[in-house]
Amino acid sequence: MSRLNADARHRIRLEVNGRAVEGEAEPRMLLTDFLRHTLGLTGTHVGCEHGVCGACTIQIDGAPARACLTLAVQVDGAKLHTVEGLAPEPGRLSVLQEAFRRHHALQCGFCTAGILMSLDWYLRQTPDPGEVELREFLGGHLCRCTGYVPIVAAALDAAKRLRDA
Amino acid sequence: MKSAPFDYVRVGSLAEAHAVLAAEGGDAAVIAGGQTLVPLLSMRMARPKVLVDIMRVPELAVIVAENDSIRVGAAVRQAELLAWPELGASQPLLALALPWVGHAQTRARGTVCGSIALADPSAELPLCLVALGGDVVLSSKGGRRTVAADDFFTGLMSTDRRDDELIEAVRFPGRRTSEGFAFREFARRHGDFAIVACAAVANEKVLRLAIGGVADRPVARDFKGLDGAALDDALDAFASELDARDDLHATADYRRMLVRKLGRTTIEEARRCRA
Repeated sequence: MSRLNADARHRIRLEVNGRAVEGEAEPRMLLTDFLRHTLGLTGTHVGCEHGVCGACTIQIDGAPARACLTLAVQVDGAKLHTVEGLAPEPGRLSVLQEAFRRHHALQCGFCTAGILMSLDWYLRQTPDPGEVELREFLGGHLCRCTGYVPIVAAALDAAKRLRDA
Repeated sequence: MKSAPFDYVRVGSLAEAHAVLAAEGGDAAVIAGGQTLVPLLSMRMARPKVLVDIMRVPELAVIVAENDSIRVGAAVRQAELLAWPELGASQPLLALALPWVGHAQTRARGTVCGSIALADPSAELPLCLVALGGDVVLSSKGGRRTVAADDFFTGLMSTDRRDDELIEAVRFPGRRTSEGFAFREFARRHGDFAIVACAAVANEKVLRLAIGGVADRPVARDFKGLDGAALDDALDAFASELDARDDLHATADYRRMLVRKLGRTTIEEARRCRA
């Protein structure tokens, strides 16, 4: 049993995008704040902070999850993937990101990181998704710019390119 | 948003969890997936002094098929139950309802027992537990007890759990031969909390319909040998008796209308599935 005192900061070790990292957090610190303020990974966006909008979606131990519904102390020892880890190398976009650019699947970009992290997982689980199930899956995200049409088109295009690759 | 400060205790065994809960009582809150508790903390609607994380207790992380029921431990995530290979054959109602619980992104973290513990009247898993007549296994330093679903949910987000108790597991009865199941839900967006959710279980004698999202807890009603207009009348009476309320999402009348219409559809689907 380990007890972390409310008033102190505690060392948290985890793996982010394949690299071992560590930082300090009070027990009440949300994972969103830990990623952005402690680790400096500001690609993960903070929208509603209560699990409704999906902007802060990352992958925890291989599954998509809301960083704002998670405390930093809960993921001690976990493997995280954030939007910073999607591109294969600096200056190159992933197949999914490239499809988003081609289809203008973002405008202000606030929701984009979360949607990319969800879709990155979803397209690996479901390489050939139907539009209806894809739209249902995207129900976990709010986008107020695009009306979702180009996002769906980009996801279907990326799925096809990934299948053909 | 920032929660009020709390100590965070990560327990490694059931005995450790019991010891902390016995010492801290009402000042402690158990955290599993945290999908409902974390926003309650952030909005300061919950202000525990101590958070007890039970996710690293190995004996709580198991699904066991035992004595015609499915026992789901407190650390089992919703996505794990949905992916359990025996789910469809063991209890079809859960296989039908789980995809409606939040989104893939919340099911990956949220636990089955956590949803039962928080007792949101619109939540799907408490509704299934009531529809199936399952029970809740509670344990504390003093021992273990089992409470039937109907007695466990005592009102809006409130349950029979005592401050020093942990929900160790919930038990859903398994499928019996000749049973049919159906689940229907109406919400503004897939994954939102239900405005009305219906779960039906049909066997050769009785048809049970359970309704979530209307009263302060899920409510079940048994209908025997009713059909046609007589069933409509019985549903109408059931809908009228439910203590429905107006809120931001729907009026009480609208909810009652959904109980009649969606309830009837769900019943017919369960009967067809049985046939």
